[in-house]
Amino acid sequence: MELLVAIGEAFDAPRMIPVNRAHAASSGQEGDLYFVEILAKGGASCKVTTTTNPIADFDYFQQIMNIAEEHDEASVAWKTKNYYKQIGAVMSQSCIPYLAENIPEYGEHVAFSESSATPYVNSVIGGLTNRESIQTALAAGVLGETPEYGMHLKENRKGTVLVKVEANLNDGYSYSLLGQYVGKKIASGIPVFVGIPKRPRIDQYINLCAMLNVTGAIAMFHIPGVTVEAKTEEEAFAGDKPKDRIVVTNRELEETEKELQTATSPVSVVILGCPHYNLDQMAELATLVKGKKVRDGMTFWVNTSATTKLMADRAGHTQIIQESGAHLVVDTCIDMFCWNNLRDKTGMTDSPKCAYYRRFGPVRVGKMEECVATAME
Amino acid sequence: MAKFTEMSVKCHKLAKGYGEGEALVSKDPICFYLVEPKTGVVREKGHQLEGKSVAGKVLVFPTGKASSAVQMDGLVKLLINKNAPKAMIVTDVEPVLLGSAVLTKIPLVDRLERNPFEAIRSGDFVKVDADKGSVTVTRN
Repeated sequence: MELLVAIGEAFDAPRMIPVNRAHAASSGQEGDLYFVEILAKGGASCKVTTTTNPIADFDYFQQIMNIAEEHDEASVAWKTKNYYKQIGAVMSQSCIPYLAENIPEYGEHVAFSESSATPYVNSVIGGLTNRESIQTALAAGVLGETPEYGMHLKENRKGTVLVKVEANLNDGYSYSLLGQYVGKKIASGIPVFVGIPKRPRIDQYINLCAMLNVTGAIAMFHIPGVTVEAKTEEEAFAGDKPKDRIVVTNRELEETEKELQTATSPVSVVILGCPHYNLDQMAELATLVKGKKVRDGMTFWVNTSATTKLMADRAGHTQIIQESGAHLVVDTCIDMFCWNNLRDKTGMTDSPKCAYYRRFGPVRVGKMEECVATAME
Repeated sequence: MAKFTEMSVKCHKLAKGYGEGEALVSKDPICFYLVEPKTGVVREKGHQLEGKSVAGKVLVFPTGKASSAVQMDGLVKLLINKNAPKAMIVTDVEPVLLGSAVLTKIPLVDRLERNPFEAIRSGDFVKVDADKGSVTVTRN
């Protein structure tokens, strides 16, 4: 409570308002453990549905590696996970909970941390959440309340920066680059995207949302006529003039992509699924890898949520992906001890976020199909 | 002859406490997860503070950035290694940084009477008293 009051006071919030759900972006690292341990030892429990982020699938990684070598980090992650269970959090261990395990309604006040989750909930669904940290989201889940400030108030949800998109956005990867560029360029505020040719697919939204909060701190955006809170550009700015205007062409996206590349030696490990792949991406991947095999000397990892995997199992995607020699992993974040043995290897991913927080050495970033072509034959 | 000046300005408390130290000014937003915990040195490629240490400093920067989870992890790792900043001054607060500052007990202020990027230079000695709402800058 002290934490939320301090936040409320700092932002001049007049009162606390009820929330029905929260998502704590549990990281399984020291900062996360510090707070959840205090709550668990103090006897706290979640008052409203509170889902969790991926940490690591211990059962799986214990079969394929010697976890003891990473004992310090693994034990922090293990303890953290158990404290979340103890306080009654939903062990969804997914970083895309807004698609399945914990879905806010339009107009509902919630407390969602996790980089892709906050803007997805505000912009795509029209739920209302601030850019929470793990700890403020978890406190809201335990108390069932959050201070009324920021994104909970309509006047703070209007656009601030006009982003004119002239670049070709034809896949999920290009939306990652768009998010990365805009996040870095504007740092904060609410971008209003114009010139996006058609309604983005879910994975394209996810990538845009995630990257806006890797290089920046962006709680919401509008795509007039597409996202729920603005039919027109005028409505997105609520009659105000944009404070700033930027233009994004293919050149900006190409330069952004170049900044990411640090690999000079051949790739020997590929990691996909940061944020967790959704069912559409699993289907796309299954189509790409069908009949292919992971090359000798290469490892290939795909991260998804347990819920998505269940559906992928039924659809036959899991079998195709596993037959190619790829590892399909659930409940796990790419920023975890279980990837430490990749530290000296050159990696490849389709996720600039994974590249940014990477556990491997030099990195190449490219589209899903380029990752498959590099790793499989 | 060296000239000594001292200036005091009012500010707004975000996270309580008192901290003092040498100022380190960054025009770029900061993600503490991209700071090396064992040395306090910023390792983010292309960052204005790349290669500089935040340990024991009073940091002046626009705002926090990056994922909701790792800001707190970064600050706690720095605290464990005794390399955390002593206080932080920002111009545009965001909740992830604020929540992390409250829990790690690092004083955090905003709304300085003067633009902190004009009033404070790296190397100045700065005292931040969040509870009293004052920032004192000494230059010699």
